[in-house]
Amino acid sequence: MQNIIRQLEEKREGARMGGGQRRIDAQHGKGKLTARERIELLLDEGSFEEWDMFVEHDSHDFGMDKQKIPGDGVVTGYGTVNGRLIFVFSQDFTVFGGSLSAAHARKICKIMDQAMKVGAPVIGLNDSGGARIQEGVASLAGYADVFQRNVMASGVVPQISLIMGPCAGGAVYSPAMTDFIFMVKDSSYMFVTGPDVVKTVTHEEVTLEELGGAETHSSVSGVSDLAFENDVEALVELRRFIDFLPANNREAPPQRPTDDPGDRMEISLDTLVPRDTHKPYDMKELIEKVVDEGDFFEVAPKYAGNILTGFARMQGSTIGIVANQPMVLAGCLDIDSSRKAARFVRFCDCFNIPILTLVDVPGFLPGTAQEYGGIIQHGAKLLYAYAEATVPKITVITRKAYGGAYDVMASKHLRGDVNYAWPTAEIAVMGPKGAVEIIFRADIGDQKKIDERTEEYREKFANPFVAGSLGFIDDVIMPHNTRKRVCRALAMLKDKELENPWKKHGNIPL
Amino acid sequence: MFSKILIANRGEIACRVIRTARRMGIATVAVYSDADAGALHVEMADEAVRVGPAPSAESYLVIDNIMKAIRDTGAEAVHPGYGFLSENATFAKALEKKKVAFIGPGIKAIAVMGDKIESKKLAQEAGVNTVPGHLGILKDGKEAVKIAREIGYPVMIKASAGGGGKGMRIARNDAEAEEGFRSAVSEAKSSFADDRVFVEKYIEEPRHIEIQVLADGHGNVVHLGERECSIQRRHQKVIEEAPSPFLDEATRAEMGAQAVVLAKAVDYRSAGTVEFIVDRDRKFYFLEMNTRLQVEHPVTEYITGLDLVEQMIRVAAGEKLSFGQKDVKLEGWAVEARIYAEDPFRNFMPSIGRLSRYRPPEENGDVRVDTGVYEGGEISMYYDPMIAKLIAGGRTRDEAVQRMRGALDAYYIRGVSHNIPFLAALMAHPRFAEGRLSTGFIDEEYPEGFRTQDALHDDPRLLVAVAATLHRVVEQRAAAISGQMQGHERHPGDAYVALMGAEEYPLTAALNAHGADIAIGDHTYAVRGDWRPGEPMFQGEVNARPVCIQIDRDGIVWRLTHAGSQADIKLLTERGAEMHRMMPEKAAPDLSRYLLSPMPGLLVKVSVEAGEEVKAGQELAVVEAMKMENILRAERDGTVAGIHAEAGASLAVDEKILEFETADG
Repeated sequence: MQNIIRQLEEKREGARMGGGQRRIDAQHGKGKLTARERIELLLDEGSFEEWDMFVEHDSHDFGMDKQKIPGDGVVTGYGTVNGRLIFVFSQDFTVFGGSLSAAHARKICKIMDQAMKVGAPVIGLNDSGGARIQEGVASLAGYADVFQRNVMASGVVPQISLIMGPCAGGAVYSPAMTDFIFMVKDSSYMFVTGPDVVKTVTHEEVTLEELGGAETHSSVSGVSDLAFENDVEALVELRRFIDFLPANNREAPPQRPTDDPGDRMEISLDTLVPRDTHKPYDMKELIEKVVDEGDFFEVAPKYAGNILTGFARMQGSTIGIVANQPMVLAGCLDIDSSRKAARFVRFCDCFNIPILTLVDVPGFLPGTAQEYGGIIQHGAKLLYAYAEATVPKITVITRKAYGGAYDVMASKHLRGDVNYAWPTAEIAVMGPKGAVEIIFRADIGDQKKIDERTEEYREKFANPFVAGSLGFIDDVIMPHNTRKRVCRALAMLKDKELENPWKKHGNIPL
Repeated sequence: MFSKILIANRGEIACRVIRTARRMGIATVAVYSDADAGALHVEMADEAVRVGPAPSAESYLVIDNIMKAIRDTGAEAVHPGYGFLSENATFAKALEKKKVAFIGPGIKAIAVMGDKIESKKLAQEAGVNTVPGHLGILKDGKEAVKIAREIGYPVMIKASAGGGGKGMRIARNDAEAEEGFRSAVSEAKSSFADDRVFVEKYIEEPRHIEIQVLADGHGNVVHLGERECSIQRRHQKVIEEAPSPFLDEATRAEMGAQAVVLAKAVDYRSAGTVEFIVDRDRKFYFLEMNTRLQVEHPVTEYITGLDLVEQMIRVAAGEKLSFGQKDVKLEGWAVEARIYAEDPFRNFMPSIGRLSRYRPPEENGDVRVDTGVYEGGEISMYYDPMIAKLIAGGRTRDEAVQRMRGALDAYYIRGVSHNIPFLAALMAHPRFAEGRLSTGFIDEEYPEGFRTQDALHDDPRLLVAVAATLHRVVEQRAAAISGQMQGHERHPGDAYVALMGAEEYPLTAALNAHGADIAIGDHTYAVRGDWRPGEPMFQGEVNARPVCIQIDRDGIVWRLTHAGSQADIKLLTERGAEMHRMMPEKAAPDLSRYLLSPMPGLLVKVSVEAGEEVKAGQELAVVEAMKMENILRAERDGTVAGIHAEAGASLAVDEKILEFETADG
């Protein structure tokens, strides 16, 4: 017995030291924390329950049988974030470069299976050189086992990946299938093929950071939702992010007490929309003045800035926000913004998070780049996502809601539950100028006539009343009352029940 | 008394006049340009009339439009405020012709005082001190000495074409006058290709001190003491106070008497201001007379208890002054700070845009806010960038300054940049506290402009203590979330480490019913207040001293603004701080090789291409902001490495437009 306990202590100590002090120092030297330090910072103090500390690989080739390190390059287990259960795996770059062996993969699969059984989020902290090459196809099988679980868990429990080191080749596809990817600037990168291969094949010269760094993925490719300065900031902010999310697809979002009154008025919103309809304004101001405590956790802020997505709370309960941003590309829909918003809407729908949509959209972005890029299909994603969503959907049209984009942005016709318009709303097929040039084509050239017609069209459609008379909006609300009206609508919708017809799954235009 | 008056102005002064008129039971008419259709003065007035498009030359300055507004509304009198038409004799004449009362002086006073030479001549004749000088061009060194002796040393020998300090010499004796003449001439020749120089009295440590006068149309003139307005930036007053910390009773009486004499000499009526320049020996010289209400009149109102606008209206209505000079009692002290929409850290570049948040401090008998804007309002490019005037008073100068500091801390403005950090730094400046003012104060004390290090907090631990309190409250609330594992709920600890710049402050933060007790090493801070998460300001006490601190949150950073300084503080657990130490110091990216957008706006065009060589001064890009095109030029020669933004793009401030090649390629 004593002997066993001594051995246990030794093994634990061995596992804790991972790849040894020298490698730990090297990890620190790169400004990176170790796998265990990361878990310590992510979870509530002392809440981590580690599993499979003694797991070792069973590879015998290339001398691997002489190199065994307990844990095998990944730390797994569960713990709490603000008392709420989460499962976590944290790859240990000090052990075989964090490479994924069959045993390593089994550990990850084990906690994922458990997370799904009990209904708790899975957080992956990725820092891995890739496949354990010495194991060959066994390692690839391990990846595939993880992929399969990512897919099974998708829509059942939230999955978040925090990329804190290399993540290359096939390894990228596990994070790619999780709900959110966060990255750490300067120390993480993701790509399918690295700079060397890129150079050989396409003769492009590109650095690691340019090809797959946090900046690249959070602003150019949109693969990453957020980029953080360093490990500490990333982990502390990840805790704040987790606080927004429900544990699984059967639970309502968490509730957190707030002193922010649900009927708080914001008089200044009455002047948010400028008199000049061509002048932009910052939609973020509306969001921050409407949500609890001005606390808006924006997702993908650097990518497709013409649409804003993120989480906030209303009277203590999480909502998802999708909003056109007039400051960027006049808030129009294009390929990137459609994809970004569609994915966000679907996440909210998976996890019972009501969606507040704020609309000021002049239409879809025209141009060959958009058409050749398949805006038809990408735009349809957002349309599909809104149409299939059964969570409470509240829409506020602040200004323009033109054309097909009006339909897309959680309109009444897509089963919007509560659709409001501000007095500045203009709901029409297109702007007055364009409309007149089509309807009164014959008058083009006669500026006076065109101006008169434009004014006539503006009178008729540049207001919320036509849509109101058809019941497409439920009410015209004063901007300063937006918070109150939305809070009430959310309260009314708390027990909303709506189900889509049985199907294996729909066929969203991917 | 009038039953209806029109205010031919906008902004805070229009609002201020309306307030007094309303109190007197007089109906008010506002005028507005298109840019001001939603402005506060329009909302406050009983009636409002549009007088033209946004530019003031097409609206507020168009006499015909104002006259039409008067006719249409039947206003019996006009208050012109300051600026715009307030010192325009043509306007006063037009009113006289239509038998509309001008709430201001007579036409003669406006005309004479509007002319620099005429007014100086008149002042001299009336026996008012003027700056001795000789406007003639000096022939040689001998003449320079002769005239300098007449004027009295020290003198300043100045190039006629001068500017920027070039061609200027101070002389304190004959030898220096001769030498000064020679060097001023040669410098003027080389700098301006114009060797004409002249000589005038050199005022040492000059102060700007002005006397408020008030006259009725019946020959009664009183003065209401002085205001010191020495704190100026580029001839723009920033801080004013009454009384002046410099004047003694005798000088005050003498200046007042001369001001009254001058007012009488032009048959002055209404409120007016006689400006003097005062040297370090309290010798004072007449500069000019402003025939209108001054921006800084509230400080006089505080120490006299008078409402100057009310007095102006009464005088305009033909009433006699109800008091004489001996009834004027100056009591207490008042300081005024002008809140401008400008960025003090970027060389006071004007800032325009939407006031997304605007919460002035609470007004009371000792704190006054004269403002013409509101939350959600707009600071427009068309007019003066003054947002408001903040006036604080007290029994003593120190008390007034303390109240001003508190009020500045509580002044919450977001959306446009503002000079509150600068004003707060001035209020905290030891030299200001001593009252050692001069018109050179700002240039002398901030020779390199205003920088963040000019506004360091005198007690950083106080900020840490408050940040720790906020963080502890937020942590406690985070641990109140639903869905926790039963029996394993989170109980946040009290030990934290605050990181501020390179400093670490290990601390404990214990919450109690009234706030938190913070221990930072041997220092303890009892932080009291009922701050709740999301509130933009902490208002409470620290160790029984009242404090008001503004709070912004950016990721894991708490940004605290207090006493003009800003501190970014992170709070981590002890372990978190230990790990944070291992995080790499990231050098701020070198932006010097980029052309950044100086303001939010629309990129109209990029005038150069990648690979192009540019010369210093060459146009690089045009950014349009608020309908104004700003041409961005190259600061030095270089080669364009790449273009980052295309024409038509909306730019945020500091967004990259293009990039230059580095010197080493």
